[in-house]
Amino acid sequence: MSELSSLDNDQPLLVAEGLAKNYGRLPACRDVSFALYPGEVLAIVGESGSGKSTLLQLLSAQLAPSAGRVSYRMRDGVLRDLAELGEAERRFLFRTDWGFVHQDPAQGLRMGVSAGANVGERLMAVGWNHYGRIRDTASTWLDRVEIDVGRIDDAPKTYSGGMRQRLQIARNLVTEPRLVFMDEPTGGLDVSVQARLLDLMRNLVSELGLAAIVVTHDLAVARLLSHRVMVMKGGRVIETGLTDQVLDDPREPYTQLLVSSILPP
Amino acid sequence: MTAMIELANAEKTFTMHLQGGVELPVVRGVSFHADPGECVVLSGPSGAGKSSILKMIFGNYRCDSGRIGIRHRGTVIDLATAEPRQVLSIRRSTIGYVSQFLRAVPRVATIDVVAEPLIVNGVAREEARERAGRLLRRLNIPERLWTLPPSTFSGGEQQRVNIARGFISDLPILLLDEPTASLDAANRAVVVELIAEKKTRGVAMVAIVHDDEIRHLIADRIVDVTSFAAAA
Repeated sequence: MSELSSLDNDQPLLVAEGLAKNYGRLPACRDVSFALYPGEVLAIVGESGSGKSTLLQLLSAQLAPSAGRVSYRMRDGVLRDLAELGEAERRFLFRTDWGFVHQDPAQGLRMGVSAGANVGERLMAVGWNHYGRIRDTASTWLDRVEIDVGRIDDAPKTYSGGMRQRLQIARNLVTEPRLVFMDEPTGGLDVSVQARLLDLMRNLVSELGLAAIVVTHDLAVARLLSHRVMVMKGGRVIETGLTDQVLDDPREPYTQLLVSSILPP
Repeated sequence: MTAMIELANAEKTFTMHLQGGVELPVVRGVSFHADPGECVVLSGPSGAGKSSILKMIFGNYRCDSGRIGIRHRGTVIDLATAEPRQVLSIRRSTIGYVSQFLRAVPRVATIDVVAEPLIVNGVAREEARERAGRLLRRLNIPERLWTLPPSTFSGGEQQRVNIARGFISDLPILLLDEPTASLDAANRAVVVELIAEKKTRGVAMVAIVHDDEIRHLIADRIVDVTSFAAAA
């Protein structure tokens, strides 16, 4: 099983060193360093304004850091500084080797074109040109994310919130990325819809041996999906460790506050 | 060492920052070991720190000082200082934990909940499910329930699902936190049998059991936790 081999891999997939970002004089993110390994799911938790979304943008090369750097192991096995990649390599990352699941599916999908085209587009971007094969693969992926294949020709604007989010996941995973960034992937969904989505993501991540970085303010999401967690406050990582360790034995005052603020169901 | 688990002066204190930084000492000077094929039972009154010690051995609670040596794939790793990835690797292929309560994952069928630990260790799905079925049958979970998620089951049924999930693996270390707590006599006897089978396969176990009769049946050695009490 892929999970077994990938978790034993000793070469990090992504390395952040001394990352910082200032907006004018305001530091949004300060001195973040960590390594992410293949098959590992890292949750970044913290309140609004803690810097977690800024960090996600830095890690996924959507934002240039004020200091520090992010390196990524390309498929040839070489660890490369993201800031020094050429345009073709960046395109390869964005279109193929990485996925990005936005909180708002409208940001990650083209709302007016069919579900099949939304999924197929990522394949065409990497050179697939056989219509039948693209449609077959798109159908397979709709099925994997539990969308009725009969809806393949409908546009996501006719879908429910939960379906849109699952379609966004299919669109991201169809190119078999090695790393997926997720920004509040269950935000704004009903609780029952969240549970279904989480369960689906959990299975896909483990079946595909994906590495993922998930930004969430919901500790239950972190508990269910992640191996490791980083707690952010005021732009800094204040506590990090195994997810159950941090949630069951939180050390920092702020983490204790976060954990104790969860209302029992 | 030949022991599978060896604790030396392990210590744990909780600092409650939300209660004005109150220090809550849990245990200190925890030292004992468990050999292959041996079941060590922790004894002591509620609140003495038995569960905390199990959680420290599983890496769920952090260890403030001292050492928790775990024999993992032929080498000894100190869990007190191990990296998160090492702890995950140890949990996948060395240490299993049977807690009192099932952390139910929504929508996953009982048979798959039980088979999962085998599947992540590379056993084929069909074989894993077959072994899961055998164990569920021994623990008297009716076959018509196997395809349902355990979240709707009674407390006793959930516990038996949890036991099946804990005992299905071939891991060399098992931590048992009250595995027989809410079971009837017939199912308690099954758990005692399962523990005996693990011993013959050389599995090292650390257990918490309140029932004197069960303790008598499974314990090779008893470690009194009150001697590790850290309360000032």
